[in-house]
Amino acid sequence: MAKIQLNGKKIKIYNGSNIKDLVKKYRLNEKKIAIELNGRILPQNQYTKKKLKENDKVEIVQFIGGG
Amino acid sequence: MKSDILKIEKYKLKSRLIVGTGKYKNFKQTAEAVKASGAEMVTVAVRRVNILDKKKPVLMDYLDPKKIIYLPNTAGCFNSKDALRTLRLAREMGGWKLVKLEVLGDKKTLYPNMVETIKSTDVLVKEGFKVMVYCSDDPIIAKKLEDLGAAAIMPLGSPIGSGRGIKNKLNISIIVKNSKVPVIVDAGIGTASDAAIAMELGCDGVLVNTAIAEAKNPIMMASSMKDAVIAGRKSFLAGRIDIQDYASPSTSSKGLI
Repeated sequence: MAKIQLNGKKIKIYNGSNIKDLVKKYRLNEKKIAIELNGRILPQNQYTKKKLKENDKVEIVQFIGGG
Repeated sequence: MKSDILKIEKYKLKSRLIVGTGKYKNFKQTAEAVKASGAEMVTVAVRRVNILDKKKPVLMDYLDPKKIIYLPNTAGCFNSKDALRTLRLAREMGGWKLVKLEVLGDKKTLYPNMVETIKSTDVLVKEGFKVMVYCSDDPIIAKKLEDLGAAAIMPLGSPIGSGRGIKNKLNISIIVKNSKVPVIVDAGIGTASDAAIAMELGCDGVLVNTAIAEAKNPIMMASSMKDAVIAGRKSFLAGRIDIQDYASPSTSSKGLI
């Protein structure tokens, strides 16, 4: 298992997991989110290619109500 | 009135009312209010997904971005760095190039920090964003934003959520006269007459959130704002009478007995 930080919370993931696995784990719709990996925006076509490693910082955002 | 269209970049809007989607009881009410307002464009904010609650509903399930134009904003950003990060993420989410920039000065007034706002506008325009800019009601600042390439100027009427209406009508009308890009009053609208006043001053549109979302009956208030914006716009186009010092009888004295 590897420890990463997702949206400010420490979580454990299986070794070799990629971003796509994370999206599936939290049942998110790829079309309705955007992802930052270690401060850099990760385009959707990179989700399967990008393997997560220990101490990675992931931010997953979506649109909410706002003025 | 048929050809009275508000053009913002590639968008041609029949409704001159833009509504915010914050502060509603739930997404169902948000959607109902948006419908009642007749708005074709809504502001939305970018926030972290709640990873602890997998079943939490999302805004997009209630307001389809294919049917209504999403205008991502930078609500809650107090510096240029955060604002730029937020809008780049928004663009990534679905190619949103038209965005609303707001860089706030402090938590108490939510007044815009114009130094950071100008800096951010410059960067965003260069990155290909079409930027609608929340700004102070200073005509010189408004012109500066236009010169930097802003897609629309969005001066505040009064502080966000204060419901105090338009405190400096003179400045707003100077901004309108000077501007070649749409001017949309953002923030401060409290009730329908405030929205009508903005339109009568010649503004191209009005953005309303709190006044609708926190009204006792948000759906009815949304419809009221729709009517007010239409009425104010018509009144502006019709051309109001000049203000006189003394009375002028409505009835001719000819044939008086």
